[in-house]
Amino acid sequence: MNLLQAIILRDLRIAYRQGSSAMLGVGFFALVVTMVPLGVGPERDVLLRIAPGILWIGAALSSLISLDRLFHADAEDGSLDLLLSLPLPLELVVLAKTIAHWISSILPLILISPFLAMMLGLPADAIGGLAIALLIGSPAFSLLGAIGAALTINTRRGGLLLTILVLPLYIPTLIFGVQSVGAGPGAGTDAITANLMLLTAITLISAVLSAWSAAAALRINAN
Amino acid sequence: MSAFLSMGGYGAYVWPAYFAAALVLGLLTVWSLRKLKAEARQLERLESQLARHGERRPRPPATSQSAN
Amino acid sequence: MWKYANPRLFLDLAEKLLPWFAGLTVLLFAVGLYISLIGSPPDYQQGDSVRIMYVHVPAAWMALFCYVFMASASVVGLVWRHALADLAAKSTAPIGACFTFLALFSGSFWGKPMWGDWWVWDARVTSVLILFFLYLGYIALWETIEDHARAARAAAVLAIVGVIMVPIIKFSVDWWETLHQPASVLRFDGPTIHASLLWPLFTMALAFTFFFFTVLLIRMRTEIIQQRIRALRLAAIEE
Repeated sequence: MNLLQAIILRDLRIAYRQGSSAMLGVGFFALVVTMVPLGVGPERDVLLRIAPGILWIGAALSSLISLDRLFHADAEDGSLDLLLSLPLPLELVVLAKTIAHWISSILPLILISPFLAMMLGLPADAIGGLAIALLIGSPAFSLLGAIGAALTINTRRGGLLLTILVLPLYIPTLIFGVQSVGAGPGAGTDAITANLMLLTAITLISAVLSAWSAAAALRINAN
Repeated sequence: MSAFLSMGGYGAYVWPAYFAAALVLGLLTVWSLRKLKAEARQLERLESQLARHGERRPRPPATSQSAN
Repeated sequence: MWKYANPRLFLDLAEKLLPWFAGLTVLLFAVGLYISLIGSPPDYQQGDSVRIMYVHVPAAWMALFCYVFMASASVVGLVWRHALADLAAKSTAPIGACFTFLALFSGSFWGKPMWGDWWVWDARVTSVLILFFLYLGYIALWETIEDHARAARAAAVLAIVGVIMVPIIKFSVDWWETLHQPASVLRFDGPTIHASLLWPLFTMALAFTFFFFTVLLIRMRTEIIQQRIRALRLAAIEE
């Protein structure tokens, strides 16, 4: 357990020292959300209708920004080989690094999402629903993103390829996440609960899938 | 014949679909065959190059190290 | 299957099979096209536009079949280290991508007279589009990683992740569609397909299948040759 904590803390410390990761993601998120009314028009009912979608898509895209650095730095300075030789299953190491990524890159997004949601006209209870949905669903972004990050270490244009590989995998989280927010059609509490449960299921499946495949990809790319 | 071409009025939709299928699958086949021939030629050239190279000077004894 | 992990034996087998597969493909397409375009009646509801179905449905079936085939080959290559399984997976991807594209294209041309739109965001169309992106990503990964052995294993992992996610994605897109049901819905199959429509459908499906195996054999031969070229070049450098 200590080893896992150490890995998480180390990644958090690196992210904090670099600073850019969280701020870049937040900035990108805010920019994307800002561009939508500029592109689509400021009518309240239009924005309200598409707000959950914009926020979830913005979060998805923002999480992609920091993903290619998930294993990149370790691959460069050789600490990847160290991680592989730890007396800890690589799958758990992957989960630990993913947790650190989520805390440092995605949690900030969730923290500013209420402000952005308000700017798009979401009512207060929907904002609460959005925050909960993001908390439950966004770990899937980190987890599935880790798969892409592990597969594309050491490749040129790895970041772009990562995006293409990972975005289709984000789709279930996107769909259930948007429908959990309760501003769209079918927005009764039963529907919201159903969507939240499906969202949880997706995140859990992502955790298992990511642990196995990202670890496998790391072993493949580490030689 | 014109009934055949017009396909009950839907000709503008049926024929592009079939032609697209023929085109895509045809191009795929042609491309695959051309790549096969090109690579086969490459291999021949390489093999004859190495054979000639081996004739000109005696090959050193093969090392036990094999390329993985 | 294990006997044919040896490239030499596989090449011999491929050489014997190829003319048969190619011949069957041509024959099946000839028969299939005749039945599809001439030898079958128009649908009582959709008229002659139903003939697009004889290209569209087999293409969609093959798109999915190829992905599952690719993932299965990936498992065999990753878990059992069958030397040619990776090559089979790699060879399948462009063929599957072509089928997927054809399914979308022909579906679009079927949708316009039927639904009035060139594109409709319904569950099936959207799922096939996502499948197309999955194929492209898989091909891109092979192209991007330079070392062949590494690319093979990474692509195998990707294919397996993909095949696990595909039902989940399909389910979520179906779920999404039911919430956004358009006012008028014209389903692709309509009422049960009449028997006279099944013959052209199955013949074309069989033709597509044999086409797949024919091109697969061609591409695998190419892959094996490329493998030999790489080995020779490596040996030449080491001299």
